[in-house]
Amino acid sequence: MTLPLYSLVLLPFVGSLVAALLPSNARNTESTLAGAIALFCAVQAAMLFPEVAAGGVVREEIVWLPSLGLNLVFRMDGFAWMFSMLVLGIGALVVLYARYYMSPTDPVPRFFSLLLAFMGSMSGVVLSGNLIQLVLFWELTSLFSFLLIGYWHHRSDARRGARMALTVTGTGGLCLLAGVLVLGHIVGSYDLDVVLRAGDLVRAHPLYSTALVLILLGALTKSAQFPFHFWLPHAMAAPTPVSAYLHSATMVKAGVFLLARLWPVLAGTDEWFWLVTGSGLITLLIGGFVAIFQKDLKSLLAYSTISHLGLITTLLGLNSPLAAVAAVFHIINHATFKASLFMAVGIIDHETGTRDMRRLSGLWRYMPITATLTLVAGAAMAGVPLLNGFISKEMFFTEAVFVNAAPWFDTLLPLAAVVAGAFSVAYSLRFTVNVFFGPDTCHALPRTPHEPPHWMRVPVELLVLACLLVGVLPQWSIQAILSTAATPVVGGQLPAFDLAVWHGFNLPLAMSFVALAGGIGLFVLLRRPLQTGRIPRTPVLGRVSGKRMFEGTLAFITAASRRLQRVLGTRRLQAQLLLLVLVTVLAAFVALRGAGASTWLAGERKVLPFSPMFALLWLVGIGSAIGATWQAKYHRLTALALMSVAGLVTVVTFAWFSAPDLALTQLSVEAVTTVLILLGLRWLPKRSEAADRRLPLRIRLRTSARRGRDLAVALSAGGGMAALSYAVMTRDFPQSISTFFLERAVPEGGGTNVVNVMLVDFRGFDTLGEIAVLGIVALTVYALLRRFRPAPESMDLPPQQRALPTDLATDLVNAQTAADTAHGYLLVPAVLVRLLLPIAAVIGVYLFMRGHNEPGGGFVAGLVLSTAFILQYIVSGTQWVEANISLRPVRWIAMGLLMATFTGLGALFFGYPFLTTHTAHLDLPLLGEIHVASALFYDIGVFTLVVGATLLILTALGHQSVRGHRRVSTDARGAGGQTPGDL
Amino acid sequence: MEIVLAVAIGVLTTCGVWLMLRPRTYQVIMGLALLGYGVNLFIFSMGRLSVDSEPIMVAGFPPTFEFYDDPMPQALVLTAIVIGFAMTALFLVVMLAQRGFSGNDHVDGQEDAE
Repeated sequence: MTLPLYSLVLLPFVGSLVAALLPSNARNTESTLAGAIALFCAVQAAMLFPEVAAGGVVREEIVWLPSLGLNLVFRMDGFAWMFSMLVLGIGALVVLYARYYMSPTDPVPRFFSLLLAFMGSMSGVVLSGNLIQLVLFWELTSLFSFLLIGYWHHRSDARRGARMALTVTGTGGLCLLAGVLVLGHIVGSYDLDVVLRAGDLVRAHPLYSTALVLILLGALTKSAQFPFHFWLPHAMAAPTPVSAYLHSATMVKAGVFLLARLWPVLAGTDEWFWLVTGSGLITLLIGGFVAIFQKDLKSLLAYSTISHLGLITTLLGLNSPLAAVAAVFHIINHATFKASLFMAVGIIDHETGTRDMRRLSGLWRYMPITATLTLVAGAAMAGVPLLNGFISKEMFFTEAVFVNAAPWFDTLLPLAAVVAGAFSVAYSLRFTVNVFFGPDTCHALPRTPHEPPHWMRVPVELLVLACLLVGVLPQWSIQAILSTAATPVVGGQLPAFDLAVWHGFNLPLAMSFVALAGGIGLFVLLRRPLQTGRIPRTPVLGRVSGKRMFEGTLAFITAASRRLQRVLGTRRLQAQLLLLVLVTVLAAFVALRGAGASTWLAGERKVLPFSPMFALLWLVGIGSAIGATWQAKYHRLTALALMSVAGLVTVVTFAWFSAPDLALTQLSVEAVTTVLILLGLRWLPKRSEAADRRLPLRIRLRTSARRGRDLAVALSAGGGMAALSYAVMTRDFPQSISTFFLERAVPEGGGTNVVNVMLVDFRGFDTLGEIAVLGIVALTVYALLRRFRPAPESMDLPPQQRALPTDLATDLVNAQTAADTAHGYLLVPAVLVRLLLPIAAVIGVYLFMRGHNEPGGGFVAGLVLSTAFILQYIVSGTQWVEANISLRPVRWIAMGLLMATFTGLGALFFGYPFLTTHTAHLDLPLLGEIHVASALFYDIGVFTLVVGATLLILTALGHQSVRGHRRVSTDARGAGGQTPGDL
Repeated sequence: MEIVLAVAIGVLTTCGVWLMLRPRTYQVIMGLALLGYGVNLFIFSMGRLSVDSEPIMVAGFPPTFEFYDDPMPQALVLTAIVIGFAMTALFLVVMLAQRGFSGNDHVDGQEDAE
């Protein structure tokens, strides 16, 4: 049974989800799940070998946005096959290893979940047949590697290392995205198959260099190549299974994967040669050199990985098909021996409690099997004959000898190759000899070492076996796989190569022996000083800290952006508002520029006859608006009253010009808003006109200047609005969609009040959003006020109430101290207002019921009813109302929103779009024929929500006064009291 | 008539914008309310003014502006009124919380540098 190709990507992600949901102590279940998925996918991939070995490409396409050329494409050729085998096969081994490595106290669901997600992303990178899709998975690997490196997030080095890795690889990923976009632009398609065939076109294109540099930035950051190599050693803070997986076989290989993937397209030019080979060669040397001087086993492996990746990069940069084959071969070899070495380091760390090479010595006595395995893998890393590392290194030496670029480089490259070889021999020796041989110092270790559990060692055994098999019998074991994998990389024409262990005495062999001898010499020379700590850090290069440079760059960028923010932006809202108004005015001005005032101001429409009454009305309105503006600073109550007058004049205007619905709504909103602001007034600081007059002259002058400026802005805004509205009002409609609503209100909306029909039917979705906003605002107000801390000076009782003895029968008695405020407090009004409640309710229902056909509707009705409730609060006091009426505004809000939504959803059951109105004609006795539109139920939802929201806002604000007083009074009495205000 | 309403809109907007640019939160809330009136009237005026048109459908009248008001700006203004109320409420509460939090009623949360 073969599953589709995308299941290799999908399954790990599914497994990741499942793993995340398992209990935290299910170590066995987790690892079994992860291992099963990895193994299953590996087998699935392996079964595709015959097809890809024959040169075929398995391809699956899931159509997504065909018009943009964006489809999910999964494709597997020989190279992708080899890489998915690495990802899935080593993944399975790492899962097995991690089962024993992770401590029972670690949160394993997170570990396995992230590991599986990473596996899926990596499979996605490898199997992507579309470049954009590849970048997407690429970024996913960066993200999951960030989370995996920071797995032990209580450690600051893990957090810092994770952040650094993400910053470097993430930035590289962005460059890669840009590069891929350029590449896609050149080729005209993002499809990998098309791109791979367009090599000549790409290399000849003027944008080739741009695309190349951007793509290289992505690949080199990911593969930790110079000058971006510094993040990898810091990523070693990850748990060792993560390092074994991400930092040997998969994630860091993604960079070289991409280089090899695009080799047929991008390689073959001088730019490619110098950039890729240059970076690779420097990395090869630096990595090898620094690795020798490490104290930590994992750091040594990290730098060695950097160096080996440099080797692969160099090979890919040489523009020779044979070198590319060698690169593919070394990708396989490095993955096997480095993964096993990381696991071995994990075992040593696990069993001894340290990774410090200066403390580890003579471990052979305690763990001979692990030691043997490590020795073999270490020898492979050093390139000792009869192991896989030797063969690929031989191929590299051969290529180095035959390179043909510039004279100086032709001599430099073989030399550099030999030196790098010597370095790798030296650090491999240090890694193995120091740790396993020498005097027995194990008594000083945190733990007495012993062999690990058998199954923890099995992955290492398998990998080392692979090293040996490939090293001894290359033709039998790896020839077919390598040919399959390398053919697509070199673009179809595989050069002849011979994977023999023995090629006779030739220059590469001599170079191998020189490197071996040089490495041994280096090791002997450096062993004692390194062991005793006489060389505390890497000579020369130790002074250059990539980490410090990285952090310095980050600090510089942060500081620069802060400075820029200070220059370009402001945190002061006042200035921002001014800017906003200015831009608006300017935008309107620009649109009107060029048209003379005489041509556009007055239109041809016949104006209405002048009415002195209306003019007088607005004289009052304008006067009170200006008065409110004048008084808003020092006399808030006056300002509020004047503002309400302006509001009432607006109400009359709506009524005047045949808009009764607007008049009704504005009138009730006016009442509620006034109460609302009145409730808030109490918490504002006192502001005295006299005190401000005493300010120094300089400040008063500056204030006057600012006021003048603002006045100019305000006048231009107001003048503009006036001119604009006059210009529109004096013109006829060029066209209008309103007749559509007029025509259909009765036949389709089932109501004669067009405005209401529009609200609950034509624009019902808009109204749904609006009531949702209202509900959210009410809840936000409630939530904000629950934690409300008033300013200290407004916490006391207001002076008017404080001045009076509490037992005095007066209407200024504090509602808190009188048990029943109705005793002496506004007794007659209270009775009247209570009588008003049922009347208001009837009016509300009346307004609601007629809303569909006459002025009225859910909004007005809701506001009327809530005003009636608010009146009860005002006259009878909060405590009395809440003791006698059970109002639950939050429930009203919820019910209203549910009602409106379900009415809308109801239409779906009958096959109509959301919120379609249905009108039923009922013939009832007495009442006659009535029309019941489903919009009525929708309007009930609106009504309920408006009542709930208004009540919640106002009562939440009103409760603050109760809380404020009580806090003060309980403090004074020294007794505890319950906190009211919970609804 | 049109000129009266246009002047009214202009004055309301001027007062609103001027108050919005003031430093005290209460001034800003007053300004937003006045600006709200101005803007609502402005939107309303986009439907042109008519003194005795029918706002309610009457049987027998053809659905044209000759007989009826423009319902669309009215529906928009109705929404705007309610949203304006919600905004005033939210702003008032944020203003109160800010006042308790920063100890003053300046919109920036701190008095001017001078």
